[in-house]
Amino acid sequence: MKGYIGRRLLAVLPVLFGITFLSFLMMRLAGSDAVTEMYSNAGAAVSQEVIDAARANLGLDKPFLTQYFSWLAGLLTGDMGVSHVSGRDVFDTFLSKLPATLLLTLLSIALTVVVSLPLGLVSAVAVSRSRTDRRPRWRRLYAAVDYAVRFVSFIGNSLPNFFVALLLMNLFALRLGWFPVIARGVTIGGAVMPALTLAIAMSAKYLRQVRAAILDELTKDYVTGALARGVRERVILTGSVLRSSMLTLVTLLALSIGSLLGGTAIIESIFLWDGVGKLAVDAITMRDYPVIQAYVVWMAVIYAAVNLVTDLLYLVLDPRIRLGVEPE
Amino acid sequence: MTTAAPAACRQENRADGGRARLWAFGALAVLLVLGAAFSESLCPFDPYAQNLSAALQPPSPEHFFGTDRYGRDLLSRVIAGSRASIFGTILLVTLIAALGTVVGVFAGWTGGRLDAVLMRLSDMFLAFPGLVFALAVAGVLGGGLHNAILALAAISWPKYARIARSQTLAVRESAFMKAARLSGSPEGKIIRKHLLPNIAGPILVTAMLDIGTMMMELAGLSFLGLGAKPPAAEWGSMMSESRGLMTTVPWSVYAPGLAIFVSVMVFNLLGDAVRDALDPKMRER
Repeated sequence: MKGYIGRRLLAVLPVLFGITFLSFLMMRLAGSDAVTEMYSNAGAAVSQEVIDAARANLGLDKPFLTQYFSWLAGLLTGDMGVSHVSGRDVFDTFLSKLPATLLLTLLSIALTVVVSLPLGLVSAVAVSRSRTDRRPRWRRLYAAVDYAVRFVSFIGNSLPNFFVALLLMNLFALRLGWFPVIARGVTIGGAVMPALTLAIAMSAKYLRQVRAAILDELTKDYVTGALARGVRERVILTGSVLRSSMLTLVTLLALSIGSLLGGTAIIESIFLWDGVGKLAVDAITMRDYPVIQAYVVWMAVIYAAVNLVTDLLYLVLDPRIRLGVEPE
Repeated sequence: MTTAAPAACRQENRADGGRARLWAFGALAVLLVLGAAFSESLCPFDPYAQNLSAALQPPSPEHFFGTDRYGRDLLSRVIAGSRASIFGTILLVTLIAALGTVVGVFAGWTGGRLDAVLMRLSDMFLAFPGLVFALAVAGVLGGGLHNAILALAAISWPKYARIARSQTLAVRESAFMKAARLSGSPEGKIIRKHLLPNIAGPILVTAMLDIGTMMMELAGLSFLGLGAKPPAAEWGSMMSESRGLMTTVPWSVYAPGLAIFVSVMVFNLLGDAVRDALDPKMRER
């Protein structure tokens, strides 16, 4: 078990080197740097000597490979450098933005689960009843319930999140005034609208997955057998079906948590939510190399962690894998 | 059991319904693509002509969606913007599906060390933040829709590479492939005539289902200012341009937003229909 995790972590290293090198290379190829961006925004013409001195100060005058390896050496000793723009320690800056992104992640995942799990369950049960109920009118009713739920999910799936964000902002902040347009600091009230925006798209997606997973379980023989023995539907649902379809849901949730922890650039910048995603957008526009590199490392770490966690979850949740039985 | 017969009937009905759905949504999608192709002649007004005296008008019979802050007709701009969004997305999806398939088939077919290297490479691109890529590409090649497409392509192909690789691995060992090899067909011909047709289904389904998502991603990059730039008529950048007018002239945001919504929905519906037609096992019951 330990060896397995160790090997998985080792396999991440090439990816980490690869993407940090690639991002380093790409930002250099993109031309411009923090010094140029700063002085071009300053308005007044600045002499070349001042620019050169500023660049030498930040180490931007050294050859590309030297810069990369000194950055890498820093990373390995736990030093991610200082921001080219604010001069603050990159690691501290990053840590200070993390709570906002964490709060947004937790809230939107919670909302998603609360919406998609019951609706998916209702939809799946409605489908199965629309097939088995003896009364034709009820069959049609059940089919209609499923249709309605799927319709809602379809709408949610086709709305771009920035459009949802603008609509929610218009409705809840500008017309009803329930929430602030722009969050002042990291508060639950300020997180509601961005979390709701994210949850709408995710719920629409999960709804279909939960429905499919539960429906898949419901058509299995053990369910028919239990029903025939007179076990109540509710007991079968909560006792067996929900538990076995958890695997699908949990895997999906892990993937989503991963992408949310990376910060959602668009949503965070629309709501001016001071998280990791907005930090990345700001760093990219200012060509703040050390901060961009920190963001890239963070993304790589999340990617590796999510892959590892989903594998381990399979081990925990699926007894067949844990016991070494080949799953069907 | 008496339920057996109706169930079979229903199954058949559903298959017919699937065919009808495929045709209906296919027709709608073709309509959208044609609309984008002939957008210039469909626009009632010049989408770039400014008329400040007619700025910020609400929807009226003359200006169906109203006008924006420069007095440009919003309906015309939405129609003109369809070219960037729809053609751009189709180009993007074609690009990533083709690239991913080539890499995946190559990796799966050759196997060994090359396979490991290619898959590690695709891992790398999967983990790479799209934003950094988009900005770097915009920096090197200049902004614009084409470069947003390139940036999205660079981080989206690995998904197809993985599908193509696993399909290749599955098909490679099947009896008909062995027969083709035994009969002495050259490798290139085996890949072209026997392998590709057999792995095309899942890749096509993935691509069709991807169109909607990619359309939103592309518009999202433009919304952030990393894709098409004003004054170009593109739905994402139109929305970002008029988001400040949300309270006073909401139609300037609704019109492009609805355009994205409707197009994404049509392509999503078509994607579902294609999946159901090509692979009944993947059908949502």
